[in-house]
Amino acid sequence: MASIKKHKSTEMGLHDEVLTGRTQQVFFNPEETENFFYHDAHKVDFNKRTEIDANNLECININRKINELMAKGYGTIVIKNPGSKHSIGVGILNKLNLIIEGSLGYFGIGSVDGPVVRISGRVGWSCAENMMAGKVVVEKNAGSCFGAAIRGGDLICKGSVGARSGIDMKGGTIIVGGDAGAFTGFMMQRGRIVILGDVGPNLGDSLYDGTIFVGGSIKSLGADAVEAELTDLDIAWLKRKIKVSEIDKKIDYKKITKIVSGKKLWNYDNLEPTERKGAI
Amino acid sequence: MCGIAGIIHKGKSTNVGGEMQKMLQSLKHRGPDSTGYALYGNGESNNYILRFKVGENVKEGSSAVMEDESVYQERVEQVNSKISTSGATLHKEEQITPYSYRYVISYDGDLLDLAKQIESVEMTEILSLGKSLELIKDIGDASVVANQYDLSDFAGTHGIGHTRMATESGVDIRSAHPYWAYPFSDVSVVHNGQLTNYWNNRRALEKKGMRFMSTCDSELIAVYLADKIRNGIDLEEAMRGSLDDLDGVFTYLVATKDKLGMAKDHMAAKPMVLYESDDLVALASEEVAIRTVLPEEIDTYDPYEGEVKVWQA
Repeated sequence: MASIKKHKSTEMGLHDEVLTGRTQQVFFNPEETENFFYHDAHKVDFNKRTEIDANNLECININRKINELMAKGYGTIVIKNPGSKHSIGVGILNKLNLIIEGSLGYFGIGSVDGPVVRISGRVGWSCAENMMAGKVVVEKNAGSCFGAAIRGGDLICKGSVGARSGIDMKGGTIIVGGDAGAFTGFMMQRGRIVILGDVGPNLGDSLYDGTIFVGGSIKSLGADAVEAELTDLDIAWLKRKIKVSEIDKKIDYKKITKIVSGKKLWNYDNLEPTERKGAI
Repeated sequence: MCGIAGIIHKGKSTNVGGEMQKMLQSLKHRGPDSTGYALYGNGESNNYILRFKVGENVKEGSSAVMEDESVYQERVEQVNSKISTSGATLHKEEQITPYSYRYVISYDGDLLDLAKQIESVEMTEILSLGKSLELIKDIGDASVVANQYDLSDFAGTHGIGHTRMATESGVDIRSAHPYWAYPFSDVSVVHNGQLTNYWNNRRALEKKGMRFMSTCDSELIAVYLADKIRNGIDLEEAMRGSLDDLDGVFTYLVATKDKLGMAKDHMAAKPMVLYESDDLVALASEEVAIRTVLPEEIDTYDPYEGEVKVWQA
């Protein structure tokens, strides 16, 4: 493990404000009168449940079928025999209970805004890329680029993840029960990553903002990433989030290492305008 | 973007040709230009199996040299003569395509000498020369190549393969993977990625007498490993050295007579999904390939950056 100077960010006079969690707390107020409307969002009833057997379907037809069922008001959809196919469950823009009985290939559950997804198997590269809101729980391992560029929501992997998890992340939370590979949090701009196991080299490389918590060892820090003081506020947040994540692991919270940006690399406003989200 | 895949059965021979065909066909979207197989079979009574081609009349529009097929017979006769004068004995001769052949030979001399003799015949390239390795590559997807070369029932312990999207060199057989680690029998390599210090390494290896048949950067890995093995370095150690000596982003698979190995660069920029059980190990650029031979739900994972692993058949 690399030698990390204690509380380097505080010594440098950085992150006094960020450490309160201000930038992660509010992105979007659903009560706002100018609230946006998605053309393809459906009103669903969680008590209406159905199944799709994906065994002989291509991913485009699986996604069409999900959309058709949501349009009919089904709020709980079970995908059976996903067979590690790519791009399943993408572009879901409303609340939905989506249950995947098996494993997904690349780019599963991408660009979603609102669904709660449970995957009993593994996911390939770039799971939940660009997720805006919702919750995705992966029971086994995940490939690289887990949660790339997510804006919000909770993305949980109970196993281990590959390299570059949380790359270009702009909000939300990623929680990993196992280990993570190289360049975790690469060019992360906002949000929080929690890795309860060990992390590979170049953690938080070119990190703009946001916070990374690591329960195990860190092979090395990336450029401009530094260790910061773990506060009581952080521990309270971690306890709450890990409970929600359903990860069953004994954690010594005081031994968690907190990593933040050690250099101001950014030049943007504090809050992402709701107009920006509405325009997507 | 290319697709690579491999499978090794621990202590068991099975239909590895059919398995590799299914795995590679499912990776067609990663590389539609050409497909190659390095299959490790049960051998031919301890004789060498020589796979070679005397031309490349593969497809109009490819970058292969198109010739009148009448020249092939003349070249094959020259190859036969070279085999004879090198002291080797030809036991079996099969013509697979107008330009591609499979021979069974016995030979006690230096393989490098024999290989040089055979490749001195114009446009002739040895694809593989080993006691269990059979290396087949051609233009087209996995099923096209498997049907053309009758691979769907090939019995063996392990194999690696490649579906190629040509980026750094032409669409032809000589740029297709796998590559044989000339002149070491039974060593083959497939690769997904780009090597950025190809020419520096190639010049250095050529000065040592190593031969390159293409300008495909992936060939460098095979020649690099061959040079290390030639100098007495163990395969796994040579693979570990390659992570520092080769620049770029890459994941590659290497196979020998009884082993299969994988290496992933320090950035972990190229994919690899791995499944291991007591009976077999299967690896591929995408899990969907592994699921073609193991359709049930399985536990897989991505090897990490800088990882090297080797398994025994």
